[in-house]
Amino acid sequence: MNNGRIPKISFRNAEKTFYSSSGESHTALTAGNLDVYKGEFLCLVGPSGCGKSTAINLMAGFEQPTGGSVLIDGEPVLEPHPDRIMIFQDYGLFPWKTALDNVMFGLRCRGIKEVDAKKTALAALESVNLTAEAKRHPHELSGGMKQRVALARALAVEPGVLFMDEPFAALDAFTRLRLQDELLDIRKKRQITVIFVTHDLDEAIYLGDRVVVMAANPGRFEDIITVDLPYPRDRTEQSFDHYRKKLFHAFNLVHNSERKHSNTQQVTASL
Amino acid sequence: MRDKIEKLLLPALALGAFILIWQYAASHYPPEQFPTPLGVVQAISELVQQGGLWKDISISMVRLCAAYLSAVLCAIPLGLFLGRCRPCLRAIDPVVQLLRPISPIAWFPLAVLWFGIGNTPAIFIIFMAAFFPILLSTVNAVRAIPDIYYKVSRNFGARPALVFLRILIPAAFPGIMNGLHIALGTAWIHLVAGEMLGADSGLGYLIINARNYLRTDLIMAGMFLVGLLGLLLNRLITAGERLINKQWGITTQEQ
Repeated sequence: MNNGRIPKISFRNAEKTFYSSSGESHTALTAGNLDVYKGEFLCLVGPSGCGKSTAINLMAGFEQPTGGSVLIDGEPVLEPHPDRIMIFQDYGLFPWKTALDNVMFGLRCRGIKEVDAKKTALAALESVNLTAEAKRHPHELSGGMKQRVALARALAVEPGVLFMDEPFAALDAFTRLRLQDELLDIRKKRQITVIFVTHDLDEAIYLGDRVVVMAANPGRFEDIITVDLPYPRDRTEQSFDHYRKKLFHAFNLVHNSERKHSNTQQVTASL
Repeated sequence: MRDKIEKLLLPALALGAFILIWQYAASHYPPEQFPTPLGVVQAISELVQQGGLWKDISISMVRLCAAYLSAVLCAIPLGLFLGRCRPCLRAIDPVVQLLRPISPIAWFPLAVLWFGIGNTPAIFIIFMAAFFPILLSTVNAVRAIPDIYYKVSRNFGARPALVFLRILIPAAFPGIMNGLHIALGTAWIHLVAGEMLGADSGLGYLIINARNYLRTDLIMAGMFLVGLLGLLLNRLITAGERLINKQWGITTQEQ
């Protein structure tokens, strides 16, 4: 699917190592290459410690690589940018602002006049079915509603890229399924590029054009699985199961080799 | 129903018991040494009728406001700054920790030496009493602001002035409010002390002056008024704090 297409986001041997105050180093993401294409829905999946959050933070510009580079539209990412909005697991809403004011925040940052910002914000809230909740404060909203407000706040500034770091992980299963569908709807309408971090394999297959399999110790890109299924996808179908098996297989292999790896380490340690 | 009884009846009973014990204890002493509740009520009405009371109350209130507001104006900006500047906080922390445990009353000899007798030493002592609680709660409130707020602001390209006014201040506000609440209490306590030592008017002076005339009933009347006004001030600021917490979505445990 990437024949002749110019990547929107690229990892060029990008690597991230953290140094603790005692001087110990920890490699969160080993040097790797990855291309994300415009309008693509890319899921990053893996166990904790696989560097998936590090990878998304590098792309969003919240972190800088310690080696190699991360490019967006050919330019190295040095800072977060309003054209690329991050959605967090814990929403990042301002509790003293109403839902409407939260959505207006991004627009006001751009210096858009209050009247126009309000109009755009209300439209964004409508697109996530929250018109009735515009005047409510975050503490009066359910988790799913809060994440919708965060989504509306992002959509209001019409970003080209949406980074989502386990955005539905804190929600109950039913809300999660509903929001997945709403997200796919939004993506269809806006042709937005979405990078989606999750540890839920079904979620990754249901949403992603491609699923990046990541592994831990040290964190790395291990494999890429292209999900060749038309939207909307059916979780109960056999073809869906095919990808589920493929992904489970990928992770089982990763786990097995890891176990062997740590066994040998233990042996060496005991010698 | 039961809740209502507990809320009204029990405090009324306790208050009644308190007055009875007081009455009983006072009956063992001459009134100049230990006045009865009724004697104190009479002393209050005497103060009210004399007319000087309102002047004392209003001058105390003016001193409280002047000292408290200047403490707010100094401590909040300094606290916001120190909360954001870690090296500055580290540098100044030993000085603050050294000055903080010194009772504001201990400043009295210097205050009188520097400012003479009058408004200024009392105001200075109240200022010292209010300054540190506000400063420390502001610093802590700023440091407790979740990093995600700054991340979101950076992501949307918010300018520093906007982050300061629209994010930092409102995010720290409930914590600052808590400090303002505590500081008002300590300020009020030290108002009386300050006026007893270094002033010739106000509620504190009223008490110390009554002592000079051995008017125990007036001393107790003054104490009662100090308690009552302190209670009112506390109620006022609690209501304000609750309003803000409600707005911010902070649920406080109801008593």
